[in-house]
Amino acid sequence: MSSSSAFNEEKGGSSSVGEPEYGHDPASGGIFSSDYKRHDDLKEMLDSNKDSLKLEAMKRIVAMIARGKNASDLFPAVVKNVACKNIEVKKLVYVYLVRYAEEQQDLALLSISTFQRGLKDPNQLIRASALRVLSSIRVTIIVPIMMLAIKEAASDMSPYVRKTAAHAIPKLYSLDPEQKDQLIEVIEKLLADKTTLVAGSVVMAFEEVCPERIDLIHKNYRKLCNLLIDVEEWGQVVIINMLTRYARTQFLNPNINESLLEEGGGGEKTFYGSDEDEDEDEEEKEKKAEAAAMAKRKPYVMDPDHRLLLRNTKPLLQSRNAAVVMAVAQLYFHLAPKAEVGVIAKALVRLLRSHSEVQYVVLQNVATMTIKRRGMFEPYLKSFYIRSTDPTQIKILKLEVLTNLANETNISTILREFQTYIKSMDKDFVAATIQAIGRCATNIGEVRDTCLNGLVQLLSNRDELVVAESVVVIKKLLQMQPEKHSDIIKHMAKLTDNIQVPMARASILWLIGEYCEHVPKIAPDVLRKMAKSFTNEEDIVKLQILNLAAKLYLTNSKQTKLLTQYVLNLAKYDQNYDIRDRARFIRQLIVPTEKSGALSKYAKKLFLALKPAPVLESPFKDRDHFQLGSLSHLLNAKAGGYQELPDWPESAPDPSVRNVEVPEWTKCSSREKRKEKKVEKPFYSDSEGESGPTESADSESDSASGSESGSGSEGSGSASESEESGEVSVSEEEEGEEEEKKTKKRELKKAVQESESEQSSEEEDRKHERKMKQRKSDSESESDEEEESESESSQSESDDSESEAEVRKKKKAAESKPPSKPVKKETKKEKKEMSLLDLDDFEPAPSPQVTPVNNLLSNSLVTDLEGLSLSEAVLSPATIAPSSALKSYELLHRITGEGLSVEYCFSRQPFSPDANMVAVQMQFTNSSTSDTKNLHMEDVKLQSGMRVKDFPEIESLPAGETATAVMGIDFCDSTQAANFQLCTHTRKFFVSIQPPVGELMRPVFLTENEFKKEQGQLMGMNEITEKLTLDAKCRNEHTIVQRVTTAANLSRVPCGSDRECRFAGRTVTSGSLVLVTVATREEGAAQLTINCEKMVIGTMLVKDILLALTQ
Amino acid sequence: MIHSLFLINASGDIFLEKHWKSVVSRSVCDYFFEAQERATEPENVPPVIPTPHHYLISVLRHRIYFVAVIQSEVPPLFVIEFLHRVVDTFQDYFGVCTEAAIKDNVVVVYELLEEMLDNGFPLATESNILKELIKPPTILRTMVNTITGSTNVGEQLPTGQLSVVPWRRTGVKYTNNEAYFDVVEEIDAIIDKSGSTITAEIQGVIDACVKLTGMPDLTLSFMNPRLLDDVSFHPCVRFKRWEAERILSFIPPDGNFRLLSYHVSSQNLVAIPVYVKHNITFREGSSQGRFDLTLGPKQTMGKAVESVLVSSQLPRGVLNANLNPSQGTYTFDPVTKLLTWDVGKINPQKLPSLKGTMNLQAGASKPDENPTINIQFKIQQMAISGTQLHTHPHTLQLQSQSSSSQLTTA
Repeated sequence: MSSSSAFNEEKGGSSSVGEPEYGHDPASGGIFSSDYKRHDDLKEMLDSNKDSLKLEAMKRIVAMIARGKNASDLFPAVVKNVACKNIEVKKLVYVYLVRYAEEQQDLALLSISTFQRGLKDPNQLIRASALRVLSSIRVTIIVPIMMLAIKEAASDMSPYVRKTAAHAIPKLYSLDPEQKDQLIEVIEKLLADKTTLVAGSVVMAFEEVCPERIDLIHKNYRKLCNLLIDVEEWGQVVIINMLTRYARTQFLNPNINESLLEEGGGGEKTFYGSDEDEDEDEEEKEKKAEAAAMAKRKPYVMDPDHRLLLRNTKPLLQSRNAAVVMAVAQLYFHLAPKAEVGVIAKALVRLLRSHSEVQYVVLQNVATMTIKRRGMFEPYLKSFYIRSTDPTQIKILKLEVLTNLANETNISTILREFQTYIKSMDKDFVAATIQAIGRCATNIGEVRDTCLNGLVQLLSNRDELVVAESVVVIKKLLQMQPEKHSDIIKHMAKLTDNIQVPMARASILWLIGEYCEHVPKIAPDVLRKMAKSFTNEEDIVKLQILNLAAKLYLTNSKQTKLLTQYVLNLAKYDQNYDIRDRARFIRQLIVPTEKSGALSKYAKKLFLALKPAPVLESPFKDRDHFQLGSLSHLLNAKAGGYQELPDWPESAPDPSVRNVEVPEWTKCSSREKRKEKKVEKPFYSDSEGESGPTESADSESDSASGSESGSGSEGSGSASESEESGEVSVSEEEEGEEEEKKTKKRELKKAVQESESEQSSEEEDRKHERKMKQRKSDSESESDEEEESESESSQSESDDSESEAEVRKKKKAAESKPPSKPVKKETKKEKKEMSLLDLDDFEPAPSPQVTPVNNLLSNSLVTDLEGLSLSEAVLSPATIAPSSALKSYELLHRITGEGLSVEYCFSRQPFSPDANMVAVQMQFTNSSTSDTKNLHMEDVKLQSGMRVKDFPEIESLPAGETATAVMGIDFCDSTQAANFQLCTHTRKFFVSIQPPVGELMRPVFLTENEFKKEQGQLMGMNEITEKLTLDAKCRNEHTIVQRVTTAANLSRVPCGSDRECRFAGRTVTSGSLVLVTVATREEGAAQLTINCEKMVIGTMLVKDILLALTQ
Repeated sequence: MIHSLFLINASGDIFLEKHWKSVVSRSVCDYFFEAQERATEPENVPPVIPTPHHYLISVLRHRIYFVAVIQSEVPPLFVIEFLHRVVDTFQDYFGVCTEAAIKDNVVVVYELLEEMLDNGFPLATESNILKELIKPPTILRTMVNTITGSTNVGEQLPTGQLSVVPWRRTGVKYTNNEAYFDVVEEIDAIIDKSGSTITAEIQGVIDACVKLTGMPDLTLSFMNPRLLDDVSFHPCVRFKRWEAERILSFIPPDGNFRLLSYHVSSQNLVAIPVYVKHNITFREGSSQGRFDLTLGPKQTMGKAVESVLVSSQLPRGVLNANLNPSQGTYTFDPVTKLLTWDVGKINPQKLPSLKGTMNLQAGASKPDENPTINIQFKIQQMAISGTQLHTHPHTLQLQSQSSSSQLTTA
């Protein structure tokens, strides 16, 4: 006993949480003591020196855990073995640790040092498993250690360790959500990882930690799309689901035109379709009409990135993994143009051959899809026929799908099929079938009578359940056109003698009461019979008897007055208070007394009002607002952590955010290096051969389909992961695992020969690619294929004012052509060949060849074109005086500029030569002793889509003088820097201008109502809210306004409340609205809300304004 | 993602639990038991059950419920597919996936589950990788391990984890290089009372057993690839090549795997290789019914129809059946009213038949439904769709090629 009590003490306080403490109480009984003894012997085994004994002990302990028995009292004995050499013992100890560390935090700390050592181990497997266990131990005190370990592992050279780091992120996040910001940094870093191994895991971490940070995806979007096919299947599911959401925020609705056509053309085409239209608010319709008008003006052109996603996911419909197929299917359903959605039907139908659980989920989703896109599944109607071996829940779902698919042409087949189902032995299923027939009858007018007749025949069925269900359905059908069917009502009246199912009896009574005028003779008789059996009826039937009595009293009081009173009296003493209440209510209403004056006049209207026919509709009708394939969709309720599928944006956000800067020279050289390497190292080339599944195949299609897919193969060859992901890590790894590889090399040589043919074709392809690259880099154009296609889309989005600008540019381009060198012409030709785009529309910037003289000339041309309506400022852009309130930034320091210093500020004046440009005012100061001549700019390097309008050359700037000039930059609504050279007659300086986000907008004036309306449309993903505490000096309205307007170029919106300040602006390039609201509370607390379509802009602006308000 | 996993046997005992995050009390399974009670048949338990704090997603395989506990939004198919993968892995490791097998190998099971999921997210599910991490138990290895104290757990990171062909382990060596491909086709047909086919479709799979040294790259082509309407591949198959040339090109995993499954659409008329003559009648007012069933082969291209099994759910009113089979044996379960007749092989000269009477409950009215008849059978060496393989192995000759075919008629 003494030893046991010591043992308990050793355990510390935590043991009290768990099990009863064995041993303390001598009377604790036989079971416990024997139990304890068994543990004692395990403890001995764990303490022994023999690994086999330890292993045996650990196996028994793990078996205990598996059975759910408590083994926590062995913790000290087990934790000692964490450093055991035997790998299986170690693994089992890990299993134990992860299970119990949370309960025994103090003791668990003993093991931490082992893992920390493990993190430094040269073997990547050990590093990874150390991190895995360390992050799985849910002990709050080690959060900093975990954070450090994750950060380190995220830059580990082994992709496997990086993958483990990605897995560890959500673990740490759930342990301590405070770490979110730091974890996001790690996620950002890992998202940039180019290996397929990491991609799935990091996206999973992204989804768990910061699914709202969609901006992190931009840069990695294309890479993810291209890697997708080679990611392991579980990762594919997560990535596809995330990309669906991403695409919904970034691209335009591809069906925008079609949905309008449909609305205009065939309103009555389909039942569901027309129904849906009715549901929509008038307002929404208006909006749609507006959009229609807009759509007419500019034809929809799919963003190439949108297309990329659709193209790269399509092959995955062939995956063996049902979850992947479903993920692709929902992606197509939510994102693809209508004409393309059809491809998923076949794959989904294939899944119906899988396990019944899979069928269950797939059918639920198909049911939702069939409501919206019925045509898609019509060819597969027969695949949804019910088999007698299906479980009931599958049968009912198939029935649902069949009902949704029913239309005029196939209804006869479906009804014939339904007739067979009614004979089934599964009564639930039969009931569902009858319901389905009812729905078909309401949906398809032609067969209503047939269905009704069929259902009436069922009334003579022997099975009471069938009859009852039929009655209920018939009741609903009759309500639609009661006049024609008084004989059916008569027939049903007769049934009251036989049918016992309460629901059916109640339905019949209701029918007779409602249409008592059609059956004037029978109705009172039915009431008579019912009055007789009143006391024995179910409550629901009693209520309907009361109803019937009241209605008959009102229409035919001569015959039924006594009966009604009798029934009311019976009800008055009923046990159920509902019935007593109802009786009292009805009596007061229909029997006129002195007191009941006004209401009884309306009794007839109350009881015999025309009731609208019930709408029989699918339970899946409104489910499509949930993302298909999600748990929430299945349950038709929002599950925790569900991310709403955002609505399509009205105008496309800036597509250039997805551009990735890949310096041309690095690519080239890495490719060359790669080639060299191949010669030397057969292993790599071989591994490339292996990767064939996609690479080789890709390259085949490549050569055929031109430049765009060229970019695809580049990234998608996951194989190339190792090669492309920077040479550094590869070579490092090589050294680390030289040995391993040597053995492999030997084995693989054979295979190399086999895959030679493939390889050579690949080689060729690559050469081809490289050639293209070369040509381009020759021509000094930084744009790659993507950029060009981008321009295509941006073109289509450009509105009228821009096209004006284009005209101007064309002129300018035409102007600049003659002096430009032949080299440039060649470039153009080549480009044309590649993209078949009219390049004149896409002139990134005045090219370096354009001489200043030309520039001036074009400038004047511009003014010519713009006409006389322009303000005077246009004509003298250089004369704008610097405003003292504006913050100026340094462009060139006095010392680096050898006496010339340049400062610039954003003047916030409209840049009149081009409305889409931000005016940048520069102030040149010559503090040297000599004059500076020919100040101009050259060699502008820009991100795609950005444009610059040079400032006019300054002929000379005498010593000690200051001059100002204005240039315009179109930043394309991004904060990317514009780089260029500032030239004097002697020197060139590299400078860059990077705008704060607040300068990328111009103020607009909105009324309060307009503001509210616009804000209402920019909810959800487009809204960012942040709480803050205002700086002590900044608590009055005036300072808030001042600080916000200093931080961003916005204008104040009038506001009724004095606790809120509102501001509005539009981004300069795309003109998307930016709405800012600062709501103040007590004690300087405040809430900042920004609504902006461009989430990137929104998030950056939040930061800037926060900073401005809190400092 | 997946929080915990509970294995529940047919009698409702939780015999294994595993948690990947904080421990979830096993009392959460009470919700499952409730749903199980509500469901009349075991397969009618809804796969997804919401509870106040968790969601239970379950699959039923081999009379064991695999119940996963999840806490937040996750695609349900993701979990379901994973659970099936777990079962497949167990089957692969232990030959069968029964309660006894799992209990006997509880440590291996635990190690496997530990490797398959990390924090509830799938980590390694490829059988080739798992087998490198944890060796499947064999009698020999168990003996060696107990004597030497060595373990089932591999020390090296499986190379598949890092390579672009994660499904194949490296360093494979065989003295006899061989590869087998099985084409198994199933017809699924619904045939109405009068014998006309309402719907029929063919579902085929190609299962492979490849034992080849090194990193073989195989190509395989079909005589008539256009027959294959809809295919799904093992990840090893190069999809683009199939799209372009209709050729299967792949680096196979080591051992057994399913290369592809395909679907032949119901548009093509499928010739059902057997027919059934039936005459099942109940007379009004009498407590007797007649039962007469004859099977015969049809368009089997001379191949024998084997392992024929007929089952039929008789109406509830039937008390017992007094039947006489011309061959094979029959059983009638008076509780579930399920009649099964194990026919065996059909001899075209002497067609098997089952005749006799059924006794109905006295006084009960004539059942109005006609029982459905399910027939299962196998035909060796025949692919009903006409699928034929060409093989182009790079380095080896195919040793053998067998093919079997199975048909389910409902």
